[in-house]
Amino acid sequence: MTLALPATSPSNGSTGSPPVAVRVRQVSRAFGTRPVLRSLDLDIHAGQFVALLGASGSGKTTLLRILAGLDVADAGDVLVPKARTVVFQEPRLVQSKRVWRNVTIGWNGRSATRQAAIAALQEVGLADHCDAWPATLSGGEAQRVALARALVRQPQLLLLDEPFAALDALTRLNMQQLISDLCLRHHPAVLIVTHDVEEAILLADRILVLKSGRISLDTGVALDRPRVMGGPGFDQLRLRLLAELGVLDGSEITTGRDPEAQLHHDVDTHAN
Amino acid sequence: MRPQLLVTPWKVVMTFSNMFRTEDLGYQIGVSLSRAGVGLLIGAGLGLIIGIITGLYRLGEELLDSSLQMLRTVPFLAVVPLFIIWLGIGETPKVVLIALATIFPMYLNTSNGVRNVDKRVVEAADAYGLSRARVTREVVLPLALPQIFTGLRFSLGVSVLALIAAEQINARAGIGFILNQAESYEQVNVLLVCVIIYCVFGLVGDVLVRILEHFAMPWRAGVAAR
Repeated sequence: MTLALPATSPSNGSTGSPPVAVRVRQVSRAFGTRPVLRSLDLDIHAGQFVALLGASGSGKTTLLRILAGLDVADAGDVLVPKARTVVFQEPRLVQSKRVWRNVTIGWNGRSATRQAAIAALQEVGLADHCDAWPATLSGGEAQRVALARALVRQPQLLLLDEPFAALDALTRLNMQQLISDLCLRHHPAVLIVTHDVEEAILLADRILVLKSGRISLDTGVALDRPRVMGGPGFDQLRLRLLAELGVLDGSEITTGRDPEAQLHHDVDTHAN
Repeated sequence: MRPQLLVTPWKVVMTFSNMFRTEDLGYQIGVSLSRAGVGLLIGAGLGLIIGIITGLYRLGEELLDSSLQMLRTVPFLAVVPLFIIWLGIGETPKVVLIALATIFPMYLNTSNGVRNVDKRVVEAADAYGLSRARVTREVVLPLALPQIFTGLRFSLGVSVLALIAAEQINARAGIGFILNQAESYEQVNVLLVCVIIYCVFGLVGDVLVRILEHFAMPWRAGVAAR
């Protein structure tokens, strides 16, 4: 598969580093007695596409929800742009509103124009569905409407919470391509939470691995775009990420990781 | 066996058309319907409002739910004598009885429907900047409508039941009045006409709610789960 997103350069050369879209400092969050995030630090630059990987229960969705303003950190500072939108794992459309009304949901009567909604739906290829009821859409179509709903607000920060996890493999490939194209056009800072290592490598400028409530790995993706699955650089990064996630044992890793690091165990203790 | 104990269907039909002329059946039906209608309007209306409050607010649930659940266990037929003493034998006890009986199905279903609206959709609407009031009006209530309509259908059925009980309270008009008279004179044909009319009340009410459902929830048209 190829992706049409060309390399966005985080190191912008002359002016130094580009403006920061997200700044997280010393953020902690616990549910009951179980700490989920521990003194976490994170910066995301404007226009940067960041993928956040982590085992189930590692707190990646919690971090996204804090950035979205849907959850509040127990401690620490979070700086995010006001214009930020979320695409959830499920489309979460309001069944009683037509598609275009779902796209402009929350806007005041006058600003909620059909034109704006149709333009956004056009971008996800669903302009002719603008008057449909959400219940008549397929899973992939509904998720594209959710994407249009997020993009029509022209966010500076787009938060994607496993947006393709509930889709079939074919639809997922199309959606990845679509997200990639749309982010190229609108250029928001993106944080995508995913458990799919390949997806992260194909889409992101930078990949983070969250473990034990902290970012345990923070790496740029130096692969040229458009990216394809496979190739030495791809495979090496993939193995490195899988090892960090504790999915591979040492014998499979060519980059010389200590086999005695029992990472399976680590995953189990963090699983819900 | 006396033929007037078991009448033919044809006799019932003839009685029915005769009663329109001799006993002004249309008017009597109107009297009964307005009793049931007013009672249902008050009862289901109250049930709807209380159901929304308890469904939306934890405090509302804590304040109202347990007392309503206790009241619900009182069979409404048992309070008929009380109502006669308290409210006399006019129209008031009849309407109050119907209202009392129809509150609970509406309340239970509304409250449950509101509470069970998909929290994730509400959260998304919230995240996309819908105010609390608009979330309630544009998301929570529409999504609770299917169950609210279930409540309405139950309440409607109960309202006919309560109507029959209410019309035993010294009715001077209405189907219950005819029923009582026919009982004293052993007019089986008239009794059967009354039973059929009560049946039709329930049926027509159900059809009306279905039609209302269709127009109130156009997004559900044609997406029924087989």
